[in-house]
Amino acid sequence: MNNTFTSHRLSNGLLVHLKEIHTAPLISQWIWYRVGSRNEIKGKTGLSHWVEHMQFKGTPSYPAGVLDKAISRFGGIWNAMTYLDWTAYFETMPADHIQLAIELEASRMHESTYDVEEVESERTVVISEREGNENIPIFRLDEAVQRAAFDEHAYKNEVIGEMEDLLSIKRDDLYHHYKRYYAPSNAVLCLAGDFETREILEKIEKLYGGLKNEETGNPTIQPEGAIEGERKVEVKGPGETVFVRLSYRAPQANHPDYFAFTILDSLLGGPSPMNMFGGGGISNKTSRLYQALVEKELAVGVNGSLQPTIDPYLYDITVTVHPEKKAEDVLVVLDDEIKKLQDTFVQSDEIARAAKQARAQFVYGAENITNQAFWMGYAEMFAHYDWFEEYVDRLRKITPEEVNRVACTWLQADHRVVGIYIPENGGEEA
Amino acid sequence: MNNVTINWKHLPGADDISRSILPNGITILSRSNFSSPSVYVTGYLNCGSLQDPPEKLGLANFTAHLLTRGSEKRSFREIYDSLETVGASFGMDASVHTSGFSAKALTEDLPLLMDILSQALRHPTFPDDHLEKVRAQLLTSFAMRAQDTSEMADMEFDRLLFPDHPYGRPEDGFAETVLPIQRDDIVSFHQSQYSPEGMVIVVVGGISASEVIDLVQKSFGDWQPDIHPERNGISLVEKPEQSIRSHITIPGMSQTDLVMGTLGPYRTSPDYFPAAVGNNILGQFGMMGRIGDVVREKAGLAYYASTSLNSWKQLGSWEVSAGVNPDNLQKAIDLIISEISRFVSEPVTDEEIDDTKSNFIGRLPLVMESNGGVAGSLLNIERFQLGLDYYRQYPAIVQAVTKDQVLETAQKYLDPNALVITSAGIAKGKNGHTP
Repeated sequence: MNNTFTSHRLSNGLLVHLKEIHTAPLISQWIWYRVGSRNEIKGKTGLSHWVEHMQFKGTPSYPAGVLDKAISRFGGIWNAMTYLDWTAYFETMPADHIQLAIELEASRMHESTYDVEEVESERTVVISEREGNENIPIFRLDEAVQRAAFDEHAYKNEVIGEMEDLLSIKRDDLYHHYKRYYAPSNAVLCLAGDFETREILEKIEKLYGGLKNEETGNPTIQPEGAIEGERKVEVKGPGETVFVRLSYRAPQANHPDYFAFTILDSLLGGPSPMNMFGGGGISNKTSRLYQALVEKELAVGVNGSLQPTIDPYLYDITVTVHPEKKAEDVLVVLDDEIKKLQDTFVQSDEIARAAKQARAQFVYGAENITNQAFWMGYAEMFAHYDWFEEYVDRLRKITPEEVNRVACTWLQADHRVVGIYIPENGGEEA
Repeated sequence: MNNVTINWKHLPGADDISRSILPNGITILSRSNFSSPSVYVTGYLNCGSLQDPPEKLGLANFTAHLLTRGSEKRSFREIYDSLETVGASFGMDASVHTSGFSAKALTEDLPLLMDILSQALRHPTFPDDHLEKVRAQLLTSFAMRAQDTSEMADMEFDRLLFPDHPYGRPEDGFAETVLPIQRDDIVSFHQSQYSPEGMVIVVVGGISASEVIDLVQKSFGDWQPDIHPERNGISLVEKPEQSIRSHITIPGMSQTDLVMGTLGPYRTSPDYFPAAVGNNILGQFGMMGRIGDVVREKAGLAYYASTSLNSWKQLGSWEVSAGVNPDNLQKAIDLIISEISRFVSEPVTDEEIDDTKSNFIGRLPLVMESNGGVAGSLLNIERFQLGLDYYRQYPAIVQAVTKDQVLETAQKYLDPNALVITSAGIAKGKNGHTP
């Protein structure tokens, strides 16, 4: 395979990553903005996600309803997602129709309409999306635990936003958020697939070169340190199933401990998925927590989650408790397993295994052009593209001592949130 | 019509799909992709929930889930230690007609994967302790399903559209049908139903066809088709003559999920393509077609509102689903009914049908970019006997659909006054928390 990677920064600050891959007649384009729930303030939560919805409502060159048809007509797929640190949009198209996608992303970086009526009709759509989430017990638990895990930092809020904010946010709130953060210097544009680098770069220069950064100087965000004390959260709601969630403060992606923590997570809860499209799927049945909880019939499922973020976020362990067992029994075993990692060094072949699992996932993910373009920009949101390129090697180099030190440093029982979802067997009428 | 230029050689066809049948009745399909260092394996055996006794519904699914819990050669721990150590994945489940498997590994680990698959299908040990562990997992999934508005609305829809019929019952069963299942039931289901006859295995990735055949031969070649299980046929179903409305109350839910629809064409019916094109226009194209446009974009009533056409061997369903605030439930139902009424009374526009055809054809390379996508497509070809050149003929088949056919097919299947309409959420008439 002859894949060439090119990185280029335009004079207005827009970072462009291009990777030629000629295995299929497809091109995937992603544009990433450094804005997410992290950039929101009290009373205006959910702005970033709602802005993402509004970006599908049209520009003067591409009015609402024209965009989606234009993409679908050529058999393309497109979507968008908003998270803690970023908002991303992608289109994957047959190679000979990518021009359309490039033009429309350039257009909606600076001239989306934000029509008042569209804002109102989208308000109920976003509220409906939130209501769908609220139907899920784990969302309710997640929301409560996240809120307890931060005092000030905006990571305390769910990306979708508080219901009261979704009811009160105005058109101008959305528009200002858009204008502030959708700027060339705050974005990364990535294309992977069947194209000639020089030709594509010329198009990008032409379309984006003249765009200006209208508002500069994003507010400084203060990262939050350790969780003070052990905080307990109980959420009551409909259902019959008990869920337990442990959340610890976790190192940010560029922290020296991040990769040792990744090994720790893999040993405890199994390998985390690395691919947004067409990958993952390695089971966790030999992981320590599965063996200690599911094999011992205290739980029917368990998983861990460590996510790369700009500021320190959370390491979560989520357990679906066995119908005949109690949350308290599960908590005892969780503590016991974590203590083992703090008291004893792991084997070096366990580390090698975690690295091979990551390598396999990268291989699966590389089949998919959309996923290849995803990786290029994703890593830029919290580190650099190198972060991904070096991922497997860095895992391989982790030592048992480092894993032990990370377990002792970050997984302390007096610095965490313990969340329990208590089902009310049918719940109450709203 | 927009021009979509595709190099059809990128799509699988008779010249690059290998298909062979072992003497014991196993069909092997493969396609090489040497730019990939991994392989995707998928396939099925010819038994499913159709063979379940009604009082033990979920038996086929329970059996499938137990196959990797221990085999003659490896314990549960050893099976998953082998798989997870090399970053491979492996899963099994049962549908109405088949018990299916799918797996993924680096090419170098395919022999291991094939051995685990063969042991799972041929020599499972069904250890007692795992029977109870898997049972607890199934019971928990039923408890969670009972709180899932979307799944409950779907299940009720199937029950009413396919009354007293295997398609109307969930393949994984219910708590009361899974509780009485004993180890003997599992063992005898496996002994009487699992046979190489009619089994299909598909392998796609960085491996040649001859290596695939050798590997399958080595792992499955000596499996004798000693048993010839009776395959229950399925009865046909009449479409509803008038609308049926049902609501499942699940207290404490913010959103209500809605499913409405009726029967659709079976997969190889001449009506299939006109219905598929029509379905795309009605509720898929762009942002969920006409229904998405009216319910989400214009009225802002739902985060999702779209249609699906589900076509199986002898039957099919045509459905609209949406998630709405409880206060907007009736409004959404009315809007959807009026869109269906319009859809059956006037032809779609030239632009709509051209767009959809162009979408169907243009999306093929995307479907086929991964080994998993190609493997799924080959399995589809075999399941419905579509022919090895199906994906190369596909553009011509799609292009041949006319506006008149779309209208006639819509009229044949969709009657806005005879729909099954189900919903699940808080009691009807009770408010959610949106003012």
